Amino acid sequence: MSATTPALGHALDISTTRPTPFSRLVRVELRKSYDTRASFWLLMVIGLIVLATEVIVLIVTTVNDESIQFGDFIGAAAFMTSFLLPVLGIMLVTSEWGQRTAMVTFALEPRRPRVIAAKAVVGVLLTLATVVVAIVLGLVCNLVYGAIQGDADWTFGWAGFFAFIVNQTFAMLGGFALAALLLNTAGAIVVFFIYKWVLPILIGIGAALMAWFDKLAPWIDFLSAQNELYDWPLTGDQWAHLVVSGFIWLVIPIVIGVWRILRAEVK
Amino acid sequence: MITVEGLTRKYGTFTAVDDVSFVCQPGRVTGFLGPNGAGKTTTMRIMVGLTAPTAGRVTIGGHLYQDIPNPGRHVGVLLDASAQHAGRTGREILELGARTMGLDGSRVDEMLELVSLTPGEAKRRLRNYSLGMKQRLGIAHALLGDPSVLILDEPANGLDPAGIRWMRGLLKGYAERGGTVLLSSHLLNEVELIADEMILIGHGKIVAQGDKKSLLAGAKGSGTTFVTALDNQVLAEALQAKGFVVAGAGDGLRVETEPVEVGRTAAEKAIVLTDLRAADGGLEDLFLELTSDTQREGMA
Repeated sequence: MSATTPALGHALDISTTRPTPFSRLVRVELRKSYDTRASFWLLMVIGLIVLATEVIVLIVTTVNDESIQFGDFIGAAAFMTSFLLPVLGIMLVTSEWGQRTAMVTFALEPRRPRVIAAKAVVGVLLTLATVVVAIVLGLVCNLVYGAIQGDADWTFGWAGFFAFIVNQTFAMLGGFALAALLLNTAGAIVVFFIYKWVLPILIGIGAALMAWFDKLAPWIDFLSAQNELYDWPLTGDQWAHLVVSGFIWLVIPIVIGVWRILRAEVK
Repeated sequence: MITVEGLTRKYGTFTAVDDVSFVCQPGRVTGFLGPNGAGKTTTMRIMVGLTAPTAGRVTIGGHLYQDIPNPGRHVGVLLDASAQHAGRTGREILELGARTMGLDGSRVDEMLELVSLTPGEAKRRLRNYSLGMKQRLGIAHALLGDPSVLILDEPANGLDPAGIRWMRGLLKGYAERGGTVLLSSHLLNEVELIADEMILIGHGKIVAQGDKKSLLAGAKGSGTTFVTALDNQVLAEALQAKGFVVAGAGDGLRVETEPVEVGRTAAEKAIVLTDLRAADGGLEDLFLELTSDTQREGMA
């Protein structure tokens, strides 16, 4: 309609502007993960649950005069955090959609995969922080146990430690993947808990009833495949199970989810 | 400068934006005017890469938005002042923006001061903000990176009259310093006061564009006059006798002709006038006329 031709000097000089570094995106996303009441208290609750779990284990074992190892404290904490880390992973993604801040985020960084990657990195960092908290608190609890009982068992095991970190990270990423796929907090949480609690039962029933499914089950049961990590080292079959089931439950949802986010109209 | 070329966006069979082309020049405020649902927001969303166009493209200073590194430093965007986390404080929202763009923390204070949000208000959470405060915060966010192009969707929405006057001054000053401003509104009066250039859109299509004068010149039925006389009855009869269409309007009359004709008639008949002016609604009539197929209420 308009025949105006762009005059010289009307071009935007972008030659001196550096692209937003990825590290800065990670720092901003990290800040977003605790700067609202909801996100702050989710992190606090994760920490408090780790504390409460390990203290309860300490009290119960001390009162009953049972023996316990250093690793047991952390294992108990890991069981509890495996509920909340997926929620953390979900919230990292869906808080942008529920509150529509994605409009601002993606206007400031139109290269959307970088934002999603920054969020995933933040999820991993917070998971590792949870692991550190669990270990430090476990250390303190075991020291107290030793002081009361006169002897502490420091058995921990690197295989267990490694498996613990991987399990926690996969739990968080599992939530993250479902959130990217569904872009809805409640939906992602429900589907995650079906995946975590209902699916293993169904797989168990299916495997018991059908011989062919019994053979198939290890290839789709990601949770069982991860648990094998505690019995380090893995056999070739176990590695294959882990990779294939992980592909199904982590890689496919993340790829579809990211594809969806890239194509989505951000409202 | 913003260049929109043959922009089309379809949703299924519905065409929200239909082959739209226009240019926003630096140093000028361009008003993007149209009724609700005319395609203003969709066009602006495509500009900043939040919506993909079906056809056509938008360049800002010669670049696609997606190709601008750290775009907040070049293009200030306010599409929806409420699209921020309700649980964050105003200051925190600006802080996140400033950090993403790699700006100094002092920039946040400068912007808060610029939009007259007090330190106390900046500490409140967004859910406790009025719409006017959200708009001020949104304008502060858009200006954070000291951009040379501003894209604002309904920025005056929710501002009180003093706020609208403030924003008018702010944007005029910004354009005078060489900035490019595109702002949308469904309220003609708002845009008329601020914009140097106007783009009227209805039903996804551009129906008119130009400055106020050239738009009015092209308007059909321009030359409507409001007149009030000591004796309206006598004046109305005199005007009707000359063949002008006269209707009652408030205390006076609305006459479908130029003020000079009404004045001449009054002088001939020695009728005392207390008020005589060209109807300001000329542009409004034009706006309603141009967009009449798209208005929800038909033209009565």
